[in-house]
This record gives sequence, structure tokens and C-alpha cells, in this order.
Amino acid sequence: MTQHDQDIVRDFLVESYENLDQLDRDLVALEQQPRSAERLSSIFRTLHTLKGTCGFLGFSKLEAVAHVGENLLSRLRDGKLLLRPEITTALLALVDAVRDILGQIEATGQEGSGDYTALIQTLSRLQEEPADQQPDPQSPHLQAEDREPQLQAPSPIPGPPPQVAEPAAAARSEAAPSPAAPPLAQPSPQPERSAASDPPSALRTTPPEDEELEGMRAGSAALASEGDAGGGVPEAGRGSAVSESTIRVDVGLLDKLMNRVGELVLARNQILQFTSHTSDAALLSTCQRLNLITTELQEGVMKTRMQPIGNIWGKFPRVVRDLALLCGKQVRIEMEGKETELDKTIIEAIKDPLTHLVRNAIDHGIEPPPVRQASGKPAEGCLRLRAFHEGGQVNIEISDDGAGLNLERIRHKAVERGLVSSEQALRMSDREAAQLIFAPGFSTAPKVTNVSGRGVGMDVVKTNIERIGGTVDIQSQPGQGTTVKLKIPLTLAIIPALIVSCDGDRYAIPQVSLLELVRLEGEQARGGIERLHGAPVYRLRGQLLPIVDLRQELGLPAIADAAREVVNIVVLRADERPFGLVVDAINDTEEIVVKPLSQQLKGIPVYAGATIMGDGKVALILDVLGLAQRARVVTEGRDRGHGEQGRTGGSETGARQTLLILEVADRRLALPIEMVSRLEEIPPASVERADQQEVVQYRGQILPLVRVGQVLGLGQSVPPPGASLQVVVYRDGTRSVGLVVDRIADIVECTLAATRAAQREEIVQSAVIQNRVTDLLNLPALVRQVEGMWEGGAA
Amino acid sequence: MSGQTQYCTFFLDGLFFGVPVQQVQEVIRYQELTRVPLAAPEVSGLINLRGQIVTAIDLRRRLGLPPRPEGRRPMNVVVRSEEGAVSLLVDEIGDVQEVDGSLFEPPPPTLHGPARNLIRGAYKLADRLLLVLETQHAVQVPDG
Repeated sequence: MTQHDQDIVRDFLVESYENLDQLDRDLVALEQQPRSAERLSSIFRTLHTLKGTCGFLGFSKLEAVAHVGENLLSRLRDGKLLLRPEITTALLALVDAVRDILGQIEATGQEGSGDYTALIQTLSRLQEEPADQQPDPQSPHLQAEDREPQLQAPSPIPGPPPQVAEPAAAARSEAAPSPAAPPLAQPSPQPERSAASDPPSALRTTPPEDEELEGMRAGSAALASEGDAGGGVPEAGRGSAVSESTIRVDVGLLDKLMNRVGELVLARNQILQFTSHTSDAALLSTCQRLNLITTELQEGVMKTRMQPIGNIWGKFPRVVRDLALLCGKQVRIEMEGKETELDKTIIEAIKDPLTHLVRNAIDHGIEPPPVRQASGKPAEGCLRLRAFHEGGQVNIEISDDGAGLNLERIRHKAVERGLVSSEQALRMSDREAAQLIFAPGFSTAPKVTNVSGRGVGMDVVKTNIERIGGTVDIQSQPGQGTTVKLKIPLTLAIIPALIVSCDGDRYAIPQVSLLELVRLEGEQARGGIERLHGAPVYRLRGQLLPIVDLRQELGLPAIADAAREVVNIVVLRADERPFGLVVDAINDTEEIVVKPLSQQLKGIPVYAGATIMGDGKVALILDVLGLAQRARVVTEGRDRGHGEQGRTGGSETGARQTLLILEVADRRLALPIEMVSRLEEIPPASVERADQQEVVQYRGQILPLVRVGQVLGLGQSVPPPGASLQVVVYRDGTRSVGLVVDRIADIVECTLAATRAAQREEIVQSAVIQNRVTDLLNLPALVRQVEGMWEGGAA
Repeated sequence: MSGQTQYCTFFLDGLFFGVPVQQVQEVIRYQELTRVPLAAPEVSGLINLRGQIVTAIDLRRRLGLPPRPEGRRPMNVVVRSEEGAVSLLVDEIGDVQEVDGSLFEPPPPTLHGPARNLIRGAYKLADRLLLVLETQHAVQVPDG
């Protein structure tokens, strides 16, 4: 068996053990209410799933056992047969048999040599019997009496006196009146104690011990009523302290608990507010205690809702395998950080987006084996899932080592679909172009496959992730692969938020979007915000920050600029773009409990929900992304100031950018690093001429060369004969251009300061970088200067 | 309709309305409202109902009636809808009335305007008409 198959089998085992525990519980519960159609259906479904999966994996013995059980259950479900202890016993024996086989599979990879014909016969016989000649199964007394004499029967060595009067004992009826029962109780005679360490199922086969445990179990009403009695036996046998110290809790109960804690947090906030003016020392210290305990309780309850992300990743090996087969690809999956924990609600919310990303990576990312081999990669592709905590958030990365995004095609497609103008597409950095795949209605799949490619995928992924306050970023290296990075908040229910006021009302802004606060006073308040052709902007450390007025966006009465004494700007980040939100006042940060808005208000994109403040009043929670979209900060406005293009994702400072420093003649030039696709050294001998244009063959294309010094009229130093040309490859839209420079000096991260407006179109501005005056190149303009070459240039 | 039905009644601009008691979660006095900018005009705001945030709908506006006179505080009739609790703002609360189904009659064809979909019909009581509100429709508002 390959590693891959083993992974699938392991997942199958994990899932099946869970299913078996469920079966145990359901069967036991069913005895109490034998006519519950719901329970019967649930049992039927569970067994059916099990059967289906083992059929798929080729475990025929397991399938045969499950199959006959399924037949019996379908008769029960259809009401042709009524449940009685004998049937329950047989079904539980079936569960045990399945667990047994699973244990074998876990230990050896094979189904083992156990013989289950007797069990199968019993199950078959039971389904033949009509419903009417059965004793009333609803009476626990009857069951208990039935059991008493037989309890010893299957057990060669009698266990301790079983507590038959306990109804729970009846529920877990191990013995049955049927003569076929004894073999059932000991389905497989093989294992001995040594097996105890790994497969829990193997233990079922030691009848004396079993009976003993049974007695112990049955004696504990608490355990039985907890609903885990069935599944508990093998675990108990394993002597695992872990299983004994954990219990299963209904999620609904946890949700309720979480809600109540939310209420408590609010009440606490209220109390703290009421007592903030008191001088009663006893009251104050009580409040302090209340405050502390509430916080601890809140943390504790939040922890109960945390689940490892491995819970959803567990399904992926199977998804990957099926899909790879379907697409004719070979894919290996690697996971790192399975144990990273997230709130249950979030786990649920990211399940589908993650699945989609995984499917996408296989369908679009990883190439078929021949293509991979042709490009010198191993035939088997690798899909990596990685999760880790960072800064109060969970990062999830899905990377493949496939072909990477075809940015040319993405740009082309985006223009074709009318998502951006061709000029915008040309000016976009690769990073921005990559983000286009998240635009609604975008899909580059040449044909619609049943895997992906309907153009509804990635934008839905993005929307779903952003809905829970997360962000999506995609990075791609041609030929090397693609990485999608998700940043997800740990929990949704209680979040830190900044409270602001606007026209007499309070609004909460989730802190995760907050970059900084800026306060302008006096002269600054009146003149600090400038207008760029009507669009308000503020110079934040030399960068133009688009300004959004909350009053205006919410349709509230405006305040004249001249009347402002103070301007409060909340600098926020939406979709990796910063913008300033002008509010009347900035109050405080607070932990708020997020409550959903009713259906009447769901359609308003600027609100993410509502919360109750310390004074009991309701405040709306702003949806930063929705607000930015409404204000068009993040829609058409792709054509931003270049300073901003240098922003690195998640950076808190906002104005820093990474520049590539070049030297031509004796001048220093700079380019935002995003605009650079590659740095190359090209031997002068490979420079050819096409028409009047210098070109080189580059990655199967013809790359026109631009001698920057000549275009700028600086002249260019002549390299020593035979020395390589230093070329900066710049990709603009669908074509590439090679910029020939004298030297590639450095890569610096800096904040542009002390700038001087440029005299020429090809230079954006001049700035002091590393104590030297440096010209920031305007590449599109520079390339336009030599426009003619584009026609005869690259394909 | 026949048999007896209990209605929670209230007044709106002099009209006498009723909502089946099963649909009413509770009736409470005026609560401070948090307005929701950009919402449909029918949405008066949000109220804090013991920790639950409930949207309040101005039933006068919803029914196309003239606005409530200044300074007059509405009452909240909190109804259960498919999407959860919604508060209907009304002028005044009446008694719970038990009415006989035989007195019911659907609205006349001359009833038009926004009220057409919102009034299921009327019970012809001795002294006045009890208008039956179509609660599920009343709590829906056009997108803001």
C-alpha cells in the first residue's frame, strides 16, 4: 500500500470509529424508543456510509457484514420488523464485528482472518422474522428479566454480578435469547492483550474481560446516560485516561453557553459603567472580581468551541485522490499544523472555501505528469496545506508546485470580461493581476469541467472568507506553483472593536481592519484634507490616503469643512488597501459581542452586524470592506498612486515600499519591486536585431530590449567586451520588455520622503534614498516612449 | 375561517388591527431605537430586547399611513416571523379579542396601495372592523 493509500485508509478508520460510536449510541437510544423513525434513519445512514466507503476501498468482508446489517435495518425502518433486544444485540454485535475488522485494518492493513458467517447468518435470519411475534421491546423490565438468565450464557467465565436491574444494562444488551447469540458476543477469537495498545476493536474479543467491563459500565448510570456507553467499552479497555477525561457535548449547548457568556460580558460592561463613578470600595472590588471572572469564563467557553483544523483537512486526502484520478494527475498531499485550533463556527465557514481551493489547485494548478516531466519536475505534484497562528489570527496556506498562474491570460481574460479596462490591465502589477481571479464572473478555464471552471468559484471563496473577517491573498511563480494565503480570525462571536461616533450614534469597527488613528486639529483640521479632482485625500507620511466620510457614506447630514475644529481619521485596511474614514469622534476600544442583523437589513453591505453597548443601547458594526466598496475605495480604483503599490500585505505602517535600485550612467533610478518580473544577465552575443529593435530570445518569446540610458538621454556606459548585460524584465499586460541598465545596485525598503516633482514624464518623482537622490521611474511612460517596439515585439 | 380565534389588537392612525396571538411574542412599551442609516424608510431602527437585537418596523409607514404625530411614542408588538423576532411599531395597544370566524370577510377590491398585500381581511365586529394583518408580509421590507 502506498503512503497515499494509507492516508486514505487512516482517514477512513478515523471516520468509521466515529461512525461506530454514533451507531452504538443510536442503537442504545433506539431500544428506549424503538419506533423512532429518526433514529432508525440515522443508524441506517451511518451503516450505509460505512458500507459505501469500505466497498470503495475494497474491504469485502467488512462490506458483506455491513450489507446484511443494512438489510435488517431497512426492514426495521420500513416497519416490517419491530426492534427487540435480540435484534439490538445482533446489531451491536455487528458494530463490534466492524470495529474488530477496523482494528485489524489499522494494525495490519488487512481485514484479518475473523469469521463472521455466524453473525451474518443471524442477521439474515432476524430479518426474515415477521414483526408480530415479538415481545414488547419497550418495557425495560422485560428486557432486564430476559437478560438475567442469559447474561452468563455467552461468557465462558462468568463476570461479576451484573446489575441487571439497571435499565442501562438492558440498553447495552450483550446477550440475547437467540441460540445464535453466543458467537455474536465473541466475533473474532484472535487477538490477545498485545493488540491492546493500538486497535481498540481487538479488545472486544476478550469476552470475560468484556463482561466485566460491561458490568462496570452498566453500573455507572452517569456514564450510560451520557450516551457513550457503547463506544466506551473498547476505550475503557485501552485504559486511556484521555478518553475518560473527555466527554462529548452537544454543539447546540455550547452555542447557547457562548450566547449566555456574551450576555454576561455585556452585563459586566454595563455594571462597570454604572460603578465607574462610585467610591464604594467593597462594590468596586466586587466589580473587579466580576470583571476578572467574566473574562476568564469567556476565554474558557471560547476554548470549548475550538477545534483543530485537521478536522476538516481530514477529508482532503480523499478529495485529492479522487480528483487527481479524475484529472489524470498524480498528486501528493502534505499537511502541516493540523492541530491549529479555530472556533467551530469558523471551521464550518471555511470548510467549503478550503475544499474549493484544494480542488482548484489540482484541477488548474498541478500539471499532468507528462507536462511536469517535460519541465523537469517530478511527475507527482505536491499540494501543501499549512496552518499556523500569528498575531491573533490563523494563517492557512494552500500551495501547489504546479504551473503557476498565467498572468497574461488572466489580464487578457479580465479585459475580455470587462472587469478592467485594457489600460488598467497593463498598469497592474503582477500581484494585482493575480488578484483578478477573485473577481466575480472570472474564470480562465478553457473548458467547463465538473471540477471547477464555472467562474463562480474564486469570488465565492473570497466572499466567504471576507464575510468572516478574513483575507485572501494569492501568490504565484510561473512554473513554480501557486500559494493561496488565508488569514482568518480565531473567533467570530466576541471581537475587539473600536467604537466611534457619528451624528450622535455609535458604530463599532472591528479592530482587525484598523491600521492607525490620525487626529487633525486647528489649521490642519480645515486644510489637512485636500481634494484631488473632487476626491478627498490626506497626505499620510507623504502618501495620498483616500478619505471616506462616514457621514456621507451613511447619508447623514454633512459638516462643512470650514466648521471642523478637529478631524478624526480612522485609517482602515480593506482588501489590502488603506483608506481613511472620517468620523465625528473616536471613543474607545471594547470587546463586543457580534449579533447578526435581521433579514430586513442584510442587504446593506456597510454593516457586519450589531452589538449591545455597555449602556444597553444597540450599536451597528461597520463592515469595513462593504464600506470601502460603497465608497469605491476598492473597486475601480486600481490605478492608485505608485507609492501604494509598494505596500506589503498586512503591513501596519502603510507607506513603506520596496524598491529596486538601478544605476545608469551615473544616475540612480528606482522601480517598485512589484513591477519587476525578473532580473537577468544576458550575454551580449545573444542580442539580436528584429527590424531596428534590439531583442533577445527569452523563454520562448522575443524580448525587446530598451536601453534605459538612451531613452532618458543619459547615455550609457559601455560594458567591457564580453560582459553580460544587466536586464530588468518588466512585464506589462501581455508583453515583456527588458530594460538594460548598467548595474543593479540594491533592493531597499523605504518610505519615500523629501520628494521633488519630476520634470519628465518617464520619471515619477525624485526622492532621497540611502542619502542619494534617486529618480523613481514611471515604467509605463518609459515603455510608451519606445512604443513602436511593442508591435514587432514579443508574442 | 370559522371557530374562535384570539387576536392581539392595536391601533394605527385610528384603524383597529389584529395579529393572531400565536404570532405575538410579546408587547412592550417604547424602547430606545438605534437608527440604521441606509436602511429602508420602513425600518425605524434596532431595539435591545433583553440582549436580543430586534429590528423595529414602522407599521404606519409600511401601510402607507401618515406619520405618527411628533412626540407620540409608539409601542412595540414583537411578532415571530420566519426570520426571527421583529418589532412592529404601533400607536396603541388594545385588548386581546376573541372573534368568531363567521364574521370574517376578505378585503374589498377597492383596497389598494401598499395595504393591499398586508391586510388579509376584516372581522365585522359590532362596533367596528378588526383588520387582520398579514404578518409575514408586514415584516418584509424592500431592500434599503
